[in-house]
Amino acid sequence: MIPEIGHFALILALGMAFIQTVFPLAGAQFGYQGWIHVAKPAARLQAFFLTLSFAALVWAFLADDFSVRYVASNSNTKLPTLYKVSAVWGAHEGSLLLWALILAIWGMMVSFFSRSIPQVMTARVLGILGIVSIGFLLFMLLTSNPFDRIPAPLEGRDLNPLLQDFGLAVHPPMLYMGYVGLAVPFAFAIAAMLGGHLDAAWARWSRPWTNAAWMFLTLGIALGSWWAYYELGWGGWWFWDPVENASFMPWLVATALMHSLAVTEKRGAFKAWTVLLAIFAFSLSLLGTFLVRSGVLTSVHAFASDPERGVFILGFLAFVIGSSLTLFAIRGNQIRSFVHFSLLSRESGLLLNNILLVVITLVVLMGTIYPILHNAMGWGNLSVGKPYFDFFFAVLSVPLLLALGVAALLRWKKDDAAALVKKLVPALIVSLLAGVLVMLWFGFSLGAILGVGLAVWVIWLSGVAVRDQLRGKRRLSSIPRGFWGMILGHLGVAVFTIGVTLTSIYSVEKDVGLGAGESYELSGYTFTFNEIREIEGPNYSGTRGIVTASDGDYSVMLYPEKRTYFSSSMPMTEAGIDAGLTRDLFVALGEPLGNGKWAVRLYHKPFIRWIWLGTIIMGIGGIVAVTDKRYLRMARRKKATAASVSSRGATA
Amino acid sequence: MRTHRKRRLSMVLGLVVGVGVAVTLILMALSENINHFYDPTQVVGGEAPQNHTFRIGGMVVDGSVQRDEGSLKVRFDLTDYKEQVTVSYEGILPDLFREGQGIVAIGKLSDNVFVAEEVLAKHDENYMPAEVKQSLKQVADYKEGQPGAAE
Repeated sequence: MIPEIGHFALILALGMAFIQTVFPLAGAQFGYQGWIHVAKPAARLQAFFLTLSFAALVWAFLADDFSVRYVASNSNTKLPTLYKVSAVWGAHEGSLLLWALILAIWGMMVSFFSRSIPQVMTARVLGILGIVSIGFLLFMLLTSNPFDRIPAPLEGRDLNPLLQDFGLAVHPPMLYMGYVGLAVPFAFAIAAMLGGHLDAAWARWSRPWTNAAWMFLTLGIALGSWWAYYELGWGGWWFWDPVENASFMPWLVATALMHSLAVTEKRGAFKAWTVLLAIFAFSLSLLGTFLVRSGVLTSVHAFASDPERGVFILGFLAFVIGSSLTLFAIRGNQIRSFVHFSLLSRESGLLLNNILLVVITLVVLMGTIYPILHNAMGWGNLSVGKPYFDFFFAVLSVPLLLALGVAALLRWKKDDAAALVKKLVPALIVSLLAGVLVMLWFGFSLGAILGVGLAVWVIWLSGVAVRDQLRGKRRLSSIPRGFWGMILGHLGVAVFTIGVTLTSIYSVEKDVGLGAGESYELSGYTFTFNEIREIEGPNYSGTRGIVTASDGDYSVMLYPEKRTYFSSSMPMTEAGIDAGLTRDLFVALGEPLGNGKWAVRLYHKPFIRWIWLGTIIMGIGGIVAVTDKRYLRMARRKKATAASVSSRGATA
Repeated sequence: MRTHRKRRLSMVLGLVVGVGVAVTLILMALSENINHFYDPTQVVGGEAPQNHTFRIGGMVVDGSVQRDEGSLKVRFDLTDYKEQVTVSYEGILPDLFREGQGIVAIGKLSDNVFVAEEVLAKHDENYMPAEVKQSLKQVADYKEGQPGAAE
């Protein structure tokens, strides 16, 4: 009964999405006030129905209702409750439902936090979001209904053991908040084009939403990387796997969009470019969904895939990109930016930032798409090696970080070269010193000097930017939150850079065969393999290795495991990790080698935590920027102004 | 107006040239980092390059896995049910590596032995690497779902 309610609510949500699209868009176009007012209640009702539908699916999982096919194939009576809930989005159908729900929630948020925005604009934004909803809800109802019934088996098949993990329970919702959140700036851009008002105002409205989506995307990707690190047992944190790239590309473009929006709002420049970035950021989110869900990928993550479904998403993707670019072509010639800025200005710095980010996106896109196209053309299978991505990313990061440090200091319009040089010289000296220190500590490596030097460059210059802001201001609180958000974001990038540089260059990895009582020395730590024990978990059994790692003063026990889940014959590796701010010790259990020996993988990974620490700092920066008083004040501004503007907007 | 047009034209030209150069550079780097896929028949037939990294995929032949006692060296045969290639590897094999399972290995050919740098098996018990499946489909005596679907 309850699954049917869920199914029915899904259909009602689709109906509501139609209403949310048709009436507000038509109303905004022809100036029917009554139709415009349909937008907000429709968006809220759609969110309500999807919440109901989602709750019904959660119920089906908690109640072990195996007559629902999706539950039967992804859950099990022995599955711990937390994972029963996270299993809701553990496979294709449920993760789409989550996608749709999150989209509706973003729409609902827009309906609540848009009082300062003209009604007609909000109506258009919600209408566009409605179109996206229609696409995904139709897709679900036609090809991937999570509520399909089957004759109930006695026991479910269980959730993929890899997904039975806290990191992966929270990774998809976080990532989807980011992915789907990019629909909001997209909708604002399209709405602004439809209304013919591509001025600074739409950029101002769009900024907090972009920042929020970016923040979620950042944390979502970081969670995925953290999960891959400890769960896959390979000790890596990023593999340039197509699915990872699929989330990284929207992130890159969203980052460019955040910066470009700043220029559009503050200076009225880059208008057309900003609109394009908003379109591409969301298109890349859709492309990511297509890549992950269609099965065209040779990837470790292609968990649930089906080519027919891919055709639908690809068609939808083509529709979204095609129609928005057509609109851009029609309205694009009305976009005029008569803004002049000199070569040495913040505008130039942000332009450089945008170009570099877009080039990196292009590199990643080509490396991801090329094998797929090659295969589709019937030219055979191939894959693109990690060195391709590593090389370009490293090379392009250098100018990106150099510019990042400088651009945060520059004034809008025009800055003074002599004064700038005065600020840069000490920064250069400190950065070089930091590079030398790293060399003394870890041993010579040009890459490490460069990477750490650049990170210190960014940190130092961020400090200078704060000092410049404080000058002439009495109170710290008089500096806008947006500025602190930027500083935190940049510091996060610096911390991340240090982590990536030191981990990539100085990590030591060794696969060894160890018997009971034998030890191996790695990077100053002695790893002693004490013994192997049999263990029993709630829905698995396995072996646990007991390993001591010690460097003389410090000693720690590590417990790498090899698990076999009852529901499948699939063995799983659980690494034993001792996390530390300056290094991780990582032990993974391989297979028995005979003679009581076991294959063991040992790692010493300096500064790897800084990678995720950096992303957390970036995320905090995003939150701080969203809570800028400017936006809050904007939200509080009264309806009086909104109403007067809306009547003007409707006639345009 | 004319200078405006000229400026616009030079901007567009500059953009086209810039994008062209970038794409060419990327493609060049791409072509150096591509690992082609070959099945055992192609490798035995001499189609695979010598001294260049490529990927090979097939089913691990039952009973072919030989381990050096107490060390991490391992040798096994890969088949597409037509030809076989011996693969040598030193290190920890992935969790899903088993005899009779489809795998993909990345490495180089040396004296008719494929020296693998990396061995990949997918994290799904029903899963066969798409490439292996495709190559097996071309072999007549392969029946879909027979060897891969151990479950």
